[in-house]
Amino acid sequence: MTTGTKYKTAPLKCWQKGKELRLEAYRDLATGHEQGKLLVLGCAATPYGMLAGLGDFVFLAGEPYGASVAADPPVSIPAMETYEAKGYARDMCGYMRNFLGTMFQDKYYFTGGPFPKFDFAWSVRHCPAGHPKWHQIVSEYQGIPMNYIDDETMLAIDGDQEARIEYVAGQYLDSIEWMEKITKRKYDDEKGIEAMRNYFINEALWGEINLLNGAIPAPIDIKSMFALMPISMLRRHEKVAIEFLTELRDELKDRIGSNIAAVPNERYRMCMLTPPPWSFLKVFRYLENFGVVFVGTYVYLINSGEVKFLYDEGKVVPATPPEKRPGWKTMKNREDLCRTVARWRAEHPFQSHLDTRKKEYVIMFKHWKANAYLLLINRGCVPMTTSMYDFQRDLNKQGIPTAMFEGNFADCRDIDETGVLDRLETFLEGQGIQKIQEI
Amino acid sequence: MITAGIDVGAKMIKVVIVKDNKIVARSINPTGFEPVETAEKTLGEAIKQAGITRKDVNKIFTTGAGRKAIPFADNNVTEVTADAKGTSYLFPSVRTIVDIGAEEARGISSDASGKVLDFSKNDKCAAGAGAFVESMSRALEVTVPLLIEISHKSTKEAPINATCAVFAESEVVSLIHSKIEKADIAHAVHDAIASRVSSMVRRIPIEKDVALIGGVANNTAIVEAMKKHLGVEIKVPEKPEYVSALGAALLAAA
Ligand code: SF4
Repeated sequence: MTTGTKYKTAPLKCWQKGKELRLEAYRDLATGHEQGKLLVLGCAATPYGMLAGLGDFVFLAGEPYGASVAADPPVSIPAMETYEAKGYARDMCGYMRNFLGTMFQDKYYFTGGPFPKFDFAWSVRHCPAGHPKWHQIVSEYQGIPMNYIDDETMLAIDGDQEARIEYVAGQYLDSIEWMEKITKRKYDDEKGIEAMRNYFINEALWGEINLLNGAIPAPIDIKSMFALMPISMLRRHEKVAIEFLTELRDELKDRIGSNIAAVPNERYRMCMLTPPPWSFLKVFRYLENFGVVFVGTYVYLINSGEVKFLYDEGKVVPATPPEKRPGWKTMKNREDLCRTVARWRAEHPFQSHLDTRKKEYVIMFKHWKANAYLLLINRGCVPMTTSMYDFQRDLNKQGIPTAMFEGNFADCRDIDETGVLDRLETFLEGQGIQKIQEI
Repeated sequence: MITAGIDVGAKMIKVVIVKDNKIVARSINPTGFEPVETAEKTLGEAIKQAGITRKDVNKIFTTGAGRKAIPFADNNVTEVTADAKGTSYLFPSVRTIVDIGAEEARGISSDASGKVLDFSKNDKCAAGAGAFVESMSRALEVTVPLLIEISHKSTKEAPINATCAVFAESEVVSLIHSKIEKADIAHAVHDAIASRVSSMVRRIPIEKDVALIGGVANNTAIVEAMKKHLGVEIKVPEKPEYVSALGAALLAAA
C-alpha cells in the first residue's frame, strides 16, 4: 500500500491562537456577568453586533454550542437523556436537544460549572423547527425576556422587497427600544454601528477564507475550518476576530503560494452542503486514507460568512462590506444601522431561494474544483434536509456525482457509523478511488 | 486464470469459482457466528466441486457485509461494485440492478462494462429486505415457500402502511384479527416490500433492462410485485443469490 503523498504539508501557524480565541469566547460566558457584560442568547445568524450599543456583551449562538456538546458523546448522551426525561420530543432540532440538556443539568460544557443565566434572548427567526421553540423553553426556564425579529419574510421571492426591508428595519428599531427598556441601559448608536461594521468585515473575511480552498492542493481541511469557525460565528463583532481572520487568510495565501497542502495525498476533492455529523468527524480523517480532502461546506460559507455570487458568469467572489457597495449609505445613526442590517440580510445569500441555491451549489462545486458532493439526510434538522433529494437530482443532472447518507448530525445514537463508511467506500469505489494508506 | 469470489452476507456465505471467464463451481452455507470458518468451508466445497486444489486458485476477492473479516482474501470489493460486474456478465443489456438481500436492498445503475454509475441503499431498516419476509412469515405462522405460494392466490388488496418492520408486524397481526385471508396478507407483505424498494430505487435513474438479484429474487411473489411497482419487465438470473460472489470472482480476474 503506497502513501500516495504528493504534496508537502505543515500545521497552521495560527492554529493555537485560533483555539485560544474560540475558548475565550465560550469561557467569557461563564464569567461575563462578573465582568459587567450582558449575556445574550440567540441563533447564529443574528446580527448580534447591534447589541454593542448597550455596552459590553457576550452572545451565545446556540448552534455552535450544541455542536460542541454533540461532538462529545460522553457528555452529549446524558444531556439528551436529561432533555428527553423532561418530556421533550426526540425528533426536534439536534443542537437544541444538546443545548437544553446541559441547561437542565446546569452544566456548562466549556467549564463543567453552572450553565450561564442569560439576561435576555434576542434573535432572528429563520428556522420554524428550532429557534422559537428553543429560546422559548430557555426563556420560561430561566425566566428571561425574549424578542424575535421575523426576518423569514425576506425569503419571499416576489412582491415588494422594499416594503419587506422597511418592515424588518422597523422591527430592529423596536427591538432596540425593547432592549433599552429591559436592560435599563441607554443605547449608544455609535457603538452599535462600529460593532456591526466589524461584523460585516468578519463575514466577508470568513467567506474569502472559504473561497481560498479553490486552490489545488487545498490549503486547509474542513475539520480545521470547523474548529476555527466559532470565531467567525461568535466573535464577528470584535476587532480581535478581524485580526485573527486576516492572519488566517494571509497564511492560507502563503500556503497556496508555497503549494502546502492540508492533506498531503490529496487526489479527490469533496464538498458538502450542510454541517457534518459532529460525533463522527473522524469520517473526514478516515477518508484521507483514500486521498479524499473535504474542501468546504456551503452552509458555513453563507452562515457566519458572506460571498458574492455572480450568477450570469457562474462565479463567486469575496463580499464587500455593505457601506462600501455602490448605492449604500454610510451608517450615521440607529435608523441607518437598522435599515442597513435589514437590506444587507435581504441581499445576503443566506436568504437565497431554493432555486437560486441550486445555482450557488453548482458555482461552489466548480469554484472548489470538487469531484463530488457529500449530502446528508439529517434527522436532526428539518430545514437543512428540506429538498435534499431535489438538490441531489439537480446536481446529478448537471453531471455532479453525489454520495448521500442519513443520520443525525447531533445525536451519536442516531447515526450508523459502519453503514456510513460502507456507503462512502462504495461510492468512492464507483469513482475509481481505492484506499491508498492507513493513517 | 482461476479466481474465487466470496460473498460474506449477513445470512449466507456464497462462493463462486470462475475459470477463464466461466463459472465452474458454486457453494453456499449459512454465515453463522464464525464467518471466517464458514467462508473457508464454503470455499473448500466449491474447490472440490470444481475438481481443483486450493493452490490452483490464483486470486480470492471478497464482498458483502463481512468482506473485510476474511484474512485469506487477496482483496475486497463492495457489494455494489460486485453486483454490477456480476450482472453485466449474465445480462449485458441490464442498466438497472435491484439487489434484495437478507438485511439490505440496493438499486444500482451501471453501464455495459459493469461500471457503477450511481446507487441507492436502504437505511437502518429491514422493511425492504429479506429479513422482513421471514419475520412476516413467522407472524402468519407459515413457511416462506408457503407464504410465496399463497400470495399468488390473493384476490383482494390489503394494505400494510408501516415503513418499519416492527410496526408492519403489528399491522399484520391486526389484519389477522380482522379476519383478512392469509393469502391477501401474504400478498400485502410482498407488495409493501416492493413498494419500499421501488421508491428507494427510483432515487437513481431507472433505465432498461432491469434485473433483480440477491436471495430475495428467488421469491416469485416479490418479482411480480416489483414488476408492478416499477412498471417494467424484470430479468431474474438463475441462482440470483450468487451474483455478488460471481462479480467478486470476475473482478479478481480483471
Ligand atoms: S435550522 Fe436546523 S440546526 Fe438550525 S435551529 Fe433549525 S433545526 Fe436546529
